[in-house]
Amino acid sequence: MLVAIMLLLAAVPPIAALFAQPFYLDLLRRVMIFAIAAVSLNLILGYGGMVSFGHAAYLGIGAYAVGVLAYHGIDNGWLQWAVAIGASALVAAAIGSISVRTSGIYFIMITLAFTQMLYYLGISIEEYGGDDGMRLGVRSQFTGLIDLNDPTAFYYLVFAILVLFLYLTHRLVNSRFGLVLQAVRSNEARTRAIGFSPYPYRLAAFVISGAMCGLAGALLVNQTAYLTPEFMNWTRSGELMFMVILGGIATTAGPLLGAAALLLLEDVLQGSSLLPKWVNDHWQLYLGVILILVVLFARRGLAGLLPGRERND
Amino acid sequence: MNLVLFLEQTLNGLQLGVMLFLMAAGLTLVFGIMNLVNLAHGSLYMVGAYLATYFYQATGSFALGVLLGLSGTLVVGIVVELVALRTLYERDHLDQVLATFGLILFFNELIAILWGRSAIFATMPPELSGHVELIGGLRYPLYRLAIIVVGLAVACLLWYVVGRTRLGMLIRAGASNRTMVAALGVNIRLLYTVVFGFGAALAGLAGLMAGPIHVVQPGMGELVLIDVFVVIVIGGIGSIRGAFAAALIVGMVDTMGRAFLKPMLALVISPVAADTAGPALASMLIYLLMAAVLAVRPEGLFPSRGS
Repeated sequence: MLVAIMLLLAAVPPIAALFAQPFYLDLLRRVMIFAIAAVSLNLILGYGGMVSFGHAAYLGIGAYAVGVLAYHGIDNGWLQWAVAIGASALVAAAIGSISVRTSGIYFIMITLAFTQMLYYLGISIEEYGGDDGMRLGVRSQFTGLIDLNDPTAFYYLVFAILVLFLYLTHRLVNSRFGLVLQAVRSNEARTRAIGFSPYPYRLAAFVISGAMCGLAGALLVNQTAYLTPEFMNWTRSGELMFMVILGGIATTAGPLLGAAALLLLEDVLQGSSLLPKWVNDHWQLYLGVILILVVLFARRGLAGLLPGRERND
Repeated sequence: MNLVLFLEQTLNGLQLGVMLFLMAAGLTLVFGIMNLVNLAHGSLYMVGAYLATYFYQATGSFALGVLLGLSGTLVVGIVVELVALRTLYERDHLDQVLATFGLILFFNELIAILWGRSAIFATMPPELSGHVELIGGLRYPLYRLAIIVVGLAVACLLWYVVGRTRLGMLIRAGASNRTMVAALGVNIRLLYTVVFGFGAALAGLAGLMAGPIHVVQPGMGELVLIDVFVVIVIGGIGSIRGAFAAALIVGMVDTMGRAFLKPMLALVISPVAADTAGPALASMLIYLLMAAVLAVRPEGLFPSRGS
């Protein structure tokens, strides 16, 4: 199933070129970037049982790492993206070292509060645009290798990173590390009893997830060519969570399906001329209702509708 | 730093503190008793502000506006509990977070449909709009003083209701062991609805009092909500006493940080650097406070007893 989706995604650029519809290329690239972020969130939320309500923080840090370096004239993509990943990992280690010790409601609220702190930090630094944000003058430069200004090349780069991350998380959750992580989710006391200390495993997963999401942030700022503190807004964290739930928690294909479903749904509700204007104008009202209904009634997500593999419990 | 300015900021901190407490009290009870993460608490704050402003303008009487606004928020809260939240009590926190996140989108958009997206103008009643002369030449707005008085009065009332009445006994019992309370023959569903409505009315009260001094616009609740989360985490989830102490601490730290951090930093580092670092640090202060508290006491300052 996943293979079929990937083949479909790989075939999009030639088809879009054929029908001269570059808009869809842009939309699907955006979908895949958010899918990368959702894959990283699924690692801790789905497999680790850590409900992080602050995942947008790493999206923002990745984006700011690229934006700030570009602002100071450093366009080298390798360096920019390495800093994006490194900075996200560092911040995840700092936030994680406090929040991973807690669980349940505390964990949700602490991750939310720290993200909000970074959001306000972004707003108050006037040098980098403050509230308004700033433009990314030049996209990340990978001289001789790939040009991100070429929509198709950028599309395939995002596609490749998505495939790589799907593969990596799949390997990771089925490794010894991943099995301990899932064991902690299902029964922490029993995991302790057989001799594993949960803290280092959970913290490591938290940092890996943050670093992956940081790269998604670096991609996102290249996609929009603009950067604002809104990247770190808490509603963004909520959307990422919703993508994971909608797609199917703790499944390989889930985050991708969820990201696609949510962003396409938003796009349709917002802009489709098939829907009446009063839906277009107040699309968030309907999105809210759909969200509530999905949570109440479709508990296994879109991946649960697919034939084959059961939820990875 | 002169004394009058310091006193004025202390009162401002107190005023912010009691507002945060009104929100936190309802939220922490809902957490403690129903084990429900309710992100939509900020929406009730917004509903309270809108209803009170609307009824005040429609009737021309502030008292009537407050009364109708409060009872309106109570009704909205009860309807939300009955329609959407009731099925969520047995679900895990993740489902609760998402469903109430959906409620926020719904309410923000509904308010935008009814009253438009731009801020509406909430007026103070003329009786409360002056200043009063306090000790030492300090002139303080009467309205803010009234908020402090109302907030402290509600805190006393809550202390009495929760600590000294039969309803309060049930609430405390529900917080420490729900199943046992239900087994003893208490109608726990009714208790849930009452507590939720109660919390909604308190949030509405905070919202309608905040109306004239902040802006009344869609999404106004979310900014407060996250500060309230910080209060609850610092105070210990489920504890009203903790919520009160933490609300005052957070209100004070936030106000003082915004007022005095920049001039104090300017004494240590260059004024130019302080201009940038001061506001940035001030807006992060309460989150750093939360991190510090949690590093020492992961359960908050006053962890509630029981499960």
